Amino acid sequence: MQAAETSVDAGEVAKFEAMAAEWWDPNGKFKPLHMLNPCRLDYITAQIAAEFGRDLSSDRPFADLRLLDIGCGGGLLAEPMARLGADVVGVDAAARNIPVAQTHAAQSGLEIDYRHGSAEDLAAAGESFDVVLNMEVVEHVPDPLAYLTTCQLLLKPGGLMICSTINRNAKSFAMAIVGAEYVMRWLPKGTHEWRKFITPDELYGYLDGAGLRPVDRKGFVFNPVSWSWAISPRDLSVNYVTASTKPG
Amino acid sequence: MTFDAEILIAGGGLTGTALALALARAGRSVALIDPAPAAVRAAEDFDGRSYALALASVRMLRALGLAQTIAEHAQPILEIKVSDGRAGEGPSPLWLEFHHAEIEEGPMGHMIEDRFLRRALLAAVEAEPRITHLDGERVVGQAPEAGAVTATLGSGRRLSGALLVGCDGVRSETAKRAGIRRTGWRYGQTALVCALEHETPHHGIAHQFFMPEGPLAILPLPGNRSSIVWTERDDRAEAIQALDDAGYLTALRPRFGDFLGEIGLAGARYTYPLELSVAQDFAAARVALTGDAAHRVHPIAGQGLNAGLRDVAALAQVVDEAARRGEDIGAPDVLARYARWRRFDTAALAAATDGFNRLFSNDNPILRLGRDLGLGAVAHLPRLRRGFIREAAGLTGDLPALMR
Repeated sequence: MQAAETSVDAGEVAKFEAMAAEWWDPNGKFKPLHMLNPCRLDYITAQIAAEFGRDLSSDRPFADLRLLDIGCGGGLLAEPMARLGADVVGVDAAARNIPVAQTHAAQSGLEIDYRHGSAEDLAAAGESFDVVLNMEVVEHVPDPLAYLTTCQLLLKPGGLMICSTINRNAKSFAMAIVGAEYVMRWLPKGTHEWRKFITPDELYGYLDGAGLRPVDRKGFVFNPVSWSWAISPRDLSVNYVTASTKPG
Repeated sequence: MTFDAEILIAGGGLTGTALALALARAGRSVALIDPAPAAVRAAEDFDGRSYALALASVRMLRALGLAQTIAEHAQPILEIKVSDGRAGEGPSPLWLEFHHAEIEEGPMGHMIEDRFLRRALLAAVEAEPRITHLDGERVVGQAPEAGAVTATLGSGRRLSGALLVGCDGVRSETAKRAGIRRTGWRYGQTALVCALEHETPHHGIAHQFFMPEGPLAILPLPGNRSSIVWTERDDRAEAIQALDDAGYLTALRPRFGDFLGEIGLAGARYTYPLELSVAQDFAAARVALTGDAAHRVHPIAGQGLNAGLRDVAALAQVVDEAARRGEDIGAPDVLARYARWRRFDTAALAAATDGFNRLFSNDNPILRLGRDLGLGAVAHLPRLRRGFIREAAGLTGDLPALMR
């Protein structure tokens, strides 16, 4: 908001406000993310609470935890983490997302350090975090092992990384590409390249190779009857999430 | 964001105070804005009003810390007898009896006088540090913004919060200001409500007589007292209410019968026009509605307060889950979860009580025979009977955690 008041003109501010409203409209362009978000947050908050011994019913349970959200977009994960008391840095490779996320955080009365850049930029700057959120990013990078190694470097010893992605099999092709991109039009066509999808065993291999210790994996399963997502301990066939720690 | 309170509640009646308590116990800060002065809310005399609390509601009130009040002042409903009758003829021979022994959860409900419930909720509110109780204050304006809602009070004071909840009754100003319209109709019937003293004990049995003019419910209170809900056509109800106490009792006796011996009045007499009124939305921008503000159903099955408490338990749970995730508790997707959850239940209840009343408030001999046979059939089918009892006890549907 500081930047919006000093260095950006009023027309730009109005544009950012409109884009922020779009990001945060549960029935708008980002509807699929909004639908998945409670499930993602349930997993993330439970893992952080367990790893760092925090009580989610207390006020600001994540106080004193430094958290990085990679691919922060409009701040759908960064804002809840800041509201729970974490000291949040949000980074996004798309420069246009940064003022949008900043505008919405100011409207929500939250202080979040949003930056345009990449995980590599932060690692080069010597930044380190207790928690790294790495949600729906790894299937878009050219070299997953190199990328996850950078993420490992961003973690403090004893730190926690949550990493979610999409499995590679016939069902995920049908659901994520044919279903979500072509039939439901939840996502723009071409959002995903099926070849780049990663199986849970492959991801465990990459995490291990990056010097992390995988500790948990679960599926996110869409129920077309209740029209909502749920966490499944067994069904990792399409969307899934992992938790890993950096040995301390 | 620093709010004056995370949740602002407009209205300090039973649902408003219960919601304030449920939210505060889950760690939320609450401002309870109640137009009625606390002294009025705390009045001790019995005014004749009482409620039939379904088992699910009793569980919730116990969870909110009212176990002692219920143990000391509530009358368990051990049995419900439903029958079809005509004034002067007594009930038809085909009785429908629901005994609480048929479900393992215990008494299907409790009767409690308004004064005990109201004062216990108020005392719990005063003892709760997370609730700011502003009595004698009314919300006169509301403005939702991107990250907050501001409520303007009659005194000119302004309060900010993440969410404003309208617990302000069937004429909800909160709903009107949010642009939420209502749908519904009058039934052309009025409920005459009062408490009676009677000669012989009621043994914890509630009665529902279906008369052509409308149903008469007799609900047991502690001691040799019962509360009645006596439904008549509007014009007849008006004429009966205009009678003196002796005339009122004379009109009631042929309907009531003599199974409890001599009867007398034990408090003031009330009338409530029967209406169905449902808000077209239970949520709007940074606003949620609970209780009569969301829906007022025909009180035939005594489900008004119970449905309101179910709203309270559902909203408290949705808000608590959102807060634990770090979500903005007043965000549209969070409020949509509450609205979706409660709309389904409410539509089912409104349809059921409306249809029930249309079927029973009728003297058509074919319908009368049909419902006598129907009551008889239900009486002989244990599975169906348990289903009815569970429904009356509020144990069906997707129960909020506070009611389990």
